[in-house]
Amino acid sequence: MAASARKAAVGTPRATTLLIATRKGLWTLASDPPRRKWKLTGPDFLGHIVHHAIKDPRDGKTLLAAARTGHLGPTVFRSTDRGRTWKEAAKPPAFKEGSGRTVDHTFWLTPGHATQPNVWWAGTSPQGLFRSADGGVNWTGVDGFNDHPQRKAWCGGDQDGTPDGPKLHSIVVDPRDARHMYISMSSGGTFESHDGGADWKPLNKGVRADFLPQPDPEFGHDPHCMRLHPNDPDRLYQQNHTGIFRLDRPADRWTDIGATMPKSVGSIGFPMTLHPRDPDTLWVFPMDGSDVWPRISPAGRPAAYRSVNGGKTWQRQATGLPKAQAWWTVKRQAMTADNAPTVGVYFGTTSGEVWGSRDEGRSWKCLAQHLPHIYAVESV
Amino acid sequence: MIVRIPTVLRSYTGIDVVEIESAATLAAAVDALDARFPGLRFRIIDEQRAVRPHIKFFVDGALTRDLAAPIPTARELMIVGALSGG
Repeated sequence: MAASARKAAVGTPRATTLLIATRKGLWTLASDPPRRKWKLTGPDFLGHIVHHAIKDPRDGKTLLAAARTGHLGPTVFRSTDRGRTWKEAAKPPAFKEGSGRTVDHTFWLTPGHATQPNVWWAGTSPQGLFRSADGGVNWTGVDGFNDHPQRKAWCGGDQDGTPDGPKLHSIVVDPRDARHMYISMSSGGTFESHDGGADWKPLNKGVRADFLPQPDPEFGHDPHCMRLHPNDPDRLYQQNHTGIFRLDRPADRWTDIGATMPKSVGSIGFPMTLHPRDPDTLWVFPMDGSDVWPRISPAGRPAAYRSVNGGKTWQRQATGLPKAQAWWTVKRQAMTADNAPTVGVYFGTTSGEVWGSRDEGRSWKCLAQHLPHIYAVESV
Repeated sequence: MIVRIPTVLRSYTGIDVVEIESAATLAAAVDALDARFPGLRFRIIDEQRAVRPHIKFFVDGALTRDLAAPIPTARELMIVGALSGG
C-alpha cells in the first residue's frame, strides 16, 4: 500500500498555505507552486492567544479561529472569505449556567462530516465538547459528553491535567458515517461514539498509563494527538504521553508502535501527522519526556521521525534542522502535511519558527522565524 | 451613567466612553452594554455569572466584584483589564 500510494505522488506541483496560530495572533504563510518561496502575512488578532485556526475543506473559504486574550474570555472568530474579514461567533462555546464549569479556552476545531456542511465541532479546556449547526456562529454543548454521568471519572477535576489546562482534542469524524466519532483527552483517554455524540465509550485497551496505579485502566490515559486516516478510516494512530500506538478497527486493542524508536530518543512527543494518501506513512516529532519532563527536543537535537510501514520501523529525518543546542519542541496541533504530489510536511516550534519539507521529510528548511510561541499549524 | 471602556474592549465599542441608562445592578449595566455591543458580556463575565479573573469593575471609584450590587445612583462605571501577564 505504502509504495503504491506514494507513487501516486506524481503530478503538478501545488502551492500550499499554512495557518500559523500563536500565543500572540494568527499568521499565514503561503508558497509558490514549487513550494520554494514562501510569503508570511499577518498578524490577524494581534495579541490574542490563538489556539487553533482551520479552514473548512467542504467550502474552501470558511475559516474558524479559537481565541482568547489574557484579559478576555474565550471566543471563536469566523471568516467566510478566506480570512479577509472576520466576525465573532454570536454564541461561543460555554458550559451550561449552573453547571459550575467555565470554558477557559476553546482548544480544538474540527469541521463536521461532508454531508453536514454547516456542522462544526469544538473541544475545550477543561474538557468539553461543543457543536455548531450553523457554520460556527452559535455553539451548544454536547450533553452526551458534557453531562455524561462518567465524565468526571474519565477526566478528573477541571484543575487537573496539563500545564495549560486539561483539554479535549483530536475530534475525529468517520468519513463513512457522520454519527461515528472519536475524541481524545489530556487527560482522560480516547473515546468513541456511534450515535453522533449522544453516548461515549472508552477506547484505551493496550495503551500504557504507567503514571496511574492500575496496570491497564479503562480510562484516564493521556493521548496527546490522535489521527484517523481518511483513506482507511479503520486505521487510527495516537501519539501518547507514554508512546506511539496504532489501532486497526474493528479491533479495540491498540498496538505499541513506538518500541522501535531509538532508545536515546524515546517515543514520547506531542504532534503526529499522517500522509494524506498512504495510511502506512506518518510522522512524529519526539520530545524529552524523561526525568522532570523538560518537553524539549531530546539532547537539543530536533528531528522528525517517519514510518512508512505503519510504525514497524522509523527513520530519523533531521537534514537541515539544527544539529545541536536547539531546545524547542513542537506542540500537538503544530505539525501538518499538505496534499501535494510529493507531500510537504510542516511544523511550528515553541520558539516561533516554522520549518517545512517539500520532500516528505528528507530535508527541512526554515520558512519563518521570530514568530511568537506556535500553538497550531494547519495546511489549507 | 457613563462607562469607561478599557482598550481591550474597544473592538466592541469603538469608543472609550459610553453612556447608558442608570442600572439597578452592576449585572444590569453589563447587560445594557451587551445589548448595545453584542458579545461584550461573555468576554468579561463567564457562563456561571462570575467576573473573569483579570477584569475589574470600579463603581464611582470603588472596586466591586459583586454583579448583584445595587448601583441605581452610580454616575460612573469604569471597566479595567488588569494584570493578565505577559
